[in-house]
Amino acid sequence: MTPTYYLLLSALLFSIGTVGVLVRRNAIVVFMCIELMLNAVNLSLVTFARVNGGLDGQVMAFFVMVVAAAEVVVGLAIIMSIFRARRSSSVDDANLLKY
Amino acid sequence: MSTAALAQAATDNGGPVGLSEAIAFWILGPMALAGALGMVFARNAVHSALWLALAMLNLGALYMAQQAPFLGFVQIIVYTGAVMMLFLFVLMLVGRDSSDSVVEVIKGQRLAAAVLGIGFVALMVGSLARALFSVTPIGLGAANGVPSGNVAALGRLLFTQYLFPFELTSALLITAALGAMLMTFPHTRTTAKSGQRATVEARLRGARVSPLPGPGVFATANSVATPALLPDGSVAPESLSEIIETVPPSAPAPLAPVDAHALVGADHAKSDRISSGEEAQP
Repeated sequence: MTPTYYLLLSALLFSIGTVGVLVRRNAIVVFMCIELMLNAVNLSLVTFARVNGGLDGQVMAFFVMVVAAAEVVVGLAIIMSIFRARRSSSVDDANLLKY
Repeated sequence: MSTAALAQAATDNGGPVGLSEAIAFWILGPMALAGALGMVFARNAVHSALWLALAMLNLGALYMAQQAPFLGFVQIIVYTGAVMMLFLFVLMLVGRDSSDSVVEVIKGQRLAAAVLGIGFVALMVGSLARALFSVTPIGLGAANGVPSGNVAALGRLLFTQYLFPFELTSALLITAALGAMLMTFPHTRTTAKSGQRATVEARLRGARVSPLPGPGVFATANSVATPALLPDGSVAPESLSEIIETVPPSAPAPLAPVDAHALVGADHAKSDRISSGEEAQP
């Protein structure tokens, strides 16, 4: 067994997250799918750090975590304000810019 | 003995996957996959959040298996601890029963998404398997450093080579916190707040000067749904609430034959009770 299996797992998790973003319509669940994609990329970064024998990949994963935390805060605030204005958290209801 | 262990640790730089790590991977990896699939397929949003927490926990354990103990613990603390609880918090604010509708808005969207996902998996897995299976991993034994360990090595890297990006993340976090505070601040008021004088003038110019009558709370019902009665016995219409369904006022029940103990004095009742208690004892 080689660390490539970790990369395969990461690819699977990333594509599950992609399908979830496309399929789910609750904005919070869509957001959770994006978190899953970020985590999958983190797993591949950690694996690459191990394969290459340097810690730079782990530092990248660390920065991804920081950015993801900031992104969660702002995204959930946007979802909350949209919910306040429209009383709905479905992504189908936020369609004012569509036409 | 200890030198031998150290030497073995120095030579075992963690590049190739050992047996124990393989066992851990084949347990944790399918569990992470199950968490991800459960998140996508759970109908209830709270169940989705819990499935995702499972996936993130397993990913944290996988980081630890890959010589990244710091990232593993940060993953568990920050993601499953803070981020997922934030998600659950917002879910509870937005409404727990806001489950997805089953109606497809765009025709064939789910089928197209599934085809795209499977195609993406095939592309990634095929290319990875072709490109990377022959790579021999170097391992982090030298980079982590045997005496200092992963956390110290990461900290050294963060505060020397990556110092400027690290400082930039502080600006990012402060901006995110400020933005979240601004966006969730309820600035929905469109008119100016009316003061005391304006309120008094509006009331004196209006139709009714006195406050509205309160609900009629009678001896028969202590509910605010009972309307107030006017002196002639009719219902005062101003006392009816708009949001509470009004209960019709019921006449007080006629006086039932009262318990004799309630009418006699307290001393009599006490002596009576004592005597009855003595009678009850055999």
